[in-house]
Amino acid sequence: MAEGGGIRGEYRVRRTLGDVVFNSVVDFFDGLFRPIQALIGSKRMPYVFVLPNLLVFVIFILIPMILNFSYAFTGGQQFFLADRTPVGGDNFAHLFDCGNFLDPNTCREDTFWIAMFNTVWFVVLQVGALVVVSLGTALVLNQKVKARAFFRSVFFYPVLLSPVVVALIWRWILQNDGLLNALIVAFGGERLPFLVSVGWTRFWVVFISVWSQMGFYTLILLAGLQSIPTELYEASSIDGANRWQAFRRITLPLLMPTMLVVLVLSVIRAVQSFDIVYAFSNGGPGTATTFMVQYIFNTAFMPPNQYGLAAAASLVLASILLILTLIQLRVGRQSELA
Amino acid sequence: MGAIGKFLGRTHGKRGPDWADYVTYLYLILGTVLMFGPVMWLVTSSFKQQSDLLRFPPRLLPYRQEMVEVSGYDEPLPLYVVVFEDGTTRELARVRRVGIEGHHVDPANPEEIIKVNINQTTPVEQVVFSFDNYIRGIERFNFLRYFVNTVTVTAVATALTLLVNSMAAFALSKYQFRGRNSIFVLMISTLLVPLSVILIPLLLTIRSVGWFDSLIGVIIPSIATPTGVFLLRQYMLTIPDELLESARLDGASEWRIYLQVILPLARPALAVLAIFSVMWRWNDFLWPLIVLQSSEYKTLQVGLSSFSGELQTQWDTLLAMTVLTLLPVTVVFAFLQKYITTGIATTGMK
Amino acid sequence: MRKLSLVLLLLAALVMSVAAQDAVELRMVWYNDGNEGEVVRDLLDRFEADNPDIKVVIETVGYSDGILQQLPLQVQAGEAPDLARLTQFAQLRDYYLDLTPYLSDAETFASYFPAPLLAAFRPDGDETGIYGIPTQLTVTGPYINRTLFEQAGVEVPSDTSDAVTWREWVDAAQAVAEATGTDYAVAIDRSGHRIAGPMISSGATIIDSEGTVTIDSEGFRAFAEELKRWHDEGLTPTDVWLGSGGNYAPATNYFLNGQVVLYMAGSWQIGNFDANIGDAFDWEAVPNPSGPGGSTGMPGGATLMAFASTEHPAEVARVMEYLASPEVYAEFTARTLFIPGHLALPEFEYVTESESAAAALNVFVAEVPKLADQAWALQLYAHFTPLANSMRDRLTQYMIGELSLDDAIARIQQDIDEAIAAAGG
Repeated sequence: MAEGGGIRGEYRVRRTLGDVVFNSVVDFFDGLFRPIQALIGSKRMPYVFVLPNLLVFVIFILIPMILNFSYAFTGGQQFFLADRTPVGGDNFAHLFDCGNFLDPNTCREDTFWIAMFNTVWFVVLQVGALVVVSLGTALVLNQKVKARAFFRSVFFYPVLLSPVVVALIWRWILQNDGLLNALIVAFGGERLPFLVSVGWTRFWVVFISVWSQMGFYTLILLAGLQSIPTELYEASSIDGANRWQAFRRITLPLLMPTMLVVLVLSVIRAVQSFDIVYAFSNGGPGTATTFMVQYIFNTAFMPPNQYGLAAAASLVLASILLILTLIQLRVGRQSELA
Repeated sequence: MGAIGKFLGRTHGKRGPDWADYVTYLYLILGTVLMFGPVMWLVTSSFKQQSDLLRFPPRLLPYRQEMVEVSGYDEPLPLYVVVFEDGTTRELARVRRVGIEGHHVDPANPEEIIKVNINQTTPVEQVVFSFDNYIRGIERFNFLRYFVNTVTVTAVATALTLLVNSMAAFALSKYQFRGRNSIFVLMISTLLVPLSVILIPLLLTIRSVGWFDSLIGVIIPSIATPTGVFLLRQYMLTIPDELLESARLDGASEWRIYLQVILPLARPALAVLAIFSVMWRWNDFLWPLIVLQSSEYKTLQVGLSSFSGELQTQWDTLLAMTVLTLLPVTVVFAFLQKYITTGIATTGMK
Repeated sequence: MRKLSLVLLLLAALVMSVAAQDAVELRMVWYNDGNEGEVVRDLLDRFEADNPDIKVVIETVGYSDGILQQLPLQVQAGEAPDLARLTQFAQLRDYYLDLTPYLSDAETFASYFPAPLLAAFRPDGDETGIYGIPTQLTVTGPYINRTLFEQAGVEVPSDTSDAVTWREWVDAAQAVAEATGTDYAVAIDRSGHRIAGPMISSGATIIDSEGTVTIDSEGFRAFAEELKRWHDEGLTPTDVWLGSGGNYAPATNYFLNGQVVLYMAGSWQIGNFDANIGDAFDWEAVPNPSGPGGSTGMPGGATLMAFASTEHPAEVARVMEYLASPEVYAEFTARTLFIPGHLALPEFEYVTESESAAAALNVFVAEVPKLADQAWALQLYAHFTPLANSMRDRLTQYMIGELSLDDAIARIQQDIDEAIAAAGG
């Protein structure tokens, strides 16, 4: 490396042990990569950089997706694509064979439509609650609060827990002889069937997924809030605006880009909900909390293993997600322009 | 409305604390209880005996019945306070229970059996934090093996994720080349398809490369995360191109620029991705469940899930194992929490 | 000197590692109801001592996760273990290994086991292959907590009558539960297999002699309504059927903890109850309740199957032969308190001091001749797994009010018809 002057300070060797090791690693790999660069020219080096990621991506994400696409047009129970019978669009026809699309009972594949409707209310309720709770918490934390770092961590902690663990913790609390029922009885109430009644299970599935995710969105919204310049609030209070007006006119509009990120991410995640529900209620009682991904999982992995039908359903799900995301982004862009 | 208004407004309170402040702290304290409470309840419960766990209403702390050695009996016997019809009470050891009748002996005089209705007896108990559940669980659950596997998967996958994603992000953010945008859009769009729906074709792929039932089969498919590429690329876009240009003038190779200019500057974003990756891999469940067959390769989450399937309502060992599974992430978080939360807040979503 | 011993040590290590490498390692997937895992390990240890070239690694998995869900997937993906103990043998019958060419005496081997069972292991078109062995036969049937009956002063219905209906049993159990403050009167595992026996006893004709499945019948409706009544009236722990989503779920722990009076399970629980109830209460097995369709449970059993994808078919066959040999099988049976599925066992005594266990074994053995033909036909039916799963899930939907009984029945019929069509191509 040439010595002397200028910007080189940015990447100059600092003489700690770690740096010495790091640099010898750099030198070693540099020795490997220099001939490559000499061979193909520095203009083509980005292909080398992108290659490992692209390779893994193509083999383990893209190819499976394309295979999945082919599965959707085959029938039978065979696992390997080559052994399966092509059936054209039969799987899609099967899914959409309905007397009345608003009544799953009239559909040939009733569970698909039950799962579809369940997913709709789940996404609406879960994303709604998630945004409200996260925003509220972010606003609270954005005030002059003692030990803010501590409280920020408190709300973030459940994000770290695995779906299996979260589900187990809450099943333990909500079971018939659990802590929550004990508290209710202690205050003179009657035990409630939290894990076996349709209404309650639905409520808790929404609650638990909000509980386990809100910390993440709170952090993002908090960052958005803190990037709003203080001067704007000072100016508005000089203009005589009260805090509610300041919130309406300054906070909300300036928070919109962050909100958009939160909405897009949380909608995608809500539509794809699986792990927590699988471990918590496994779609029950009956089909009360069976969502799309669980339906796809069950159709493929429970006898009679209808892989083709499952693949078709997953394509329907992916299209819905694509449309939803595009709509959100468009609405977001328009509101930004306005 | 006023209170809400104060709430929604930004920082305030040059005067003394007003009641919006009280509401704030009430909210925060309630939040703390709601966020930590369930986990604390899990932890105290995990020290309880099965009989104590079946109790309703449950007690806050783990109690354990006192046991006494009685001559003539091989095993220690549980101790009860017995109230007799005449109102006298004695501490007796129970030999056995037959229906609603308990057969007791006086530890001082073990010859004579005293039969009493069990409604007249109460166990002698004290608070004990005993690790019995943990020990029994570890014996059956093979915790150490699962732990080592999970640590291996998490560490290797995170290191590879950082390397591979940052290389791709570097190329996608700092070079103009044919296919750049298509590659980027293609990667991001796959965020829309959940892993759980491509399990079968993915399983086929893993089989054909021969990684079925091996840790590498869990690690490699997880490293090309679109989220990671996206996050790092967005961050690298903010690094000025002049730095690269002058490094090139200095004769640095592209690889050296990546390692010595880009990586150090992208450290905050890398840290965030590292945190995410550790979290994802530690908590991964579905894919390892399908790929890993031999018990020597199982990870903690998979082990815990099959353990919970096997034990059903046998909560004692199950709760202890759950605590052990969440302990490592909790400890790491406790030490790094400030760094983690500020890192995500400031870098995560630029 | 020191150096020499070091070299010798290294050499010894090398030789040993070569020997260890020479041993063929067989993977056997296994699940446990009671102590059978320990017993089979013990038996295989002896086998390995006599056959140093074979090592059998037992992979113990959960029944619901591991056997019902994961194993079929892995088998279909061509990643089957060498051996597996499972219950849904018909589901995977295209994937088993025909042991015939590898057995030293295939004829004798086949004569050890019931011919219809060996036939049910075979893929379509095969008349002679030997694909696995039953590790045990099972019969479903109810258990009662007799101590609770005594405390309540309620007579156990089967003490005085040979034909007790489900309704009479549940009414008695309800009286017991009320008198003793027990949480629940009755419990039944969440499983299509478990309810099939009561269904048939109640008069359901699910499968006919030609193998045609018809769900809608008086008897089917009668027991479905009875099952719903248990849930509606709080007679049964609702967690089992309603709190488990789309999976198999046992109610075993309710019985173990003394929280239920009558528990419909089966003979495989004897060892478990013997080991874990101890003298907490008196438990016993009672004959299956009677109805218009007789008094039948469901036959069943776990089978140890060999998979065709194995690289060591000869070694697999040797392990099978060892486990199927009358003495070894007898010891396995005696120590696990299972009902043997072996026809040529020497005399043996069950290893238990408990009278309850011995009595329960006798009760279940007496149930075998009472099994309805239909129960056998159903158990050996190629599409029984999807049928049982559909019965389980659709009836749950009926119980929580998502489907009317008519709709539930129509859906089960549709599910099974589609499963047959899917399997046909």
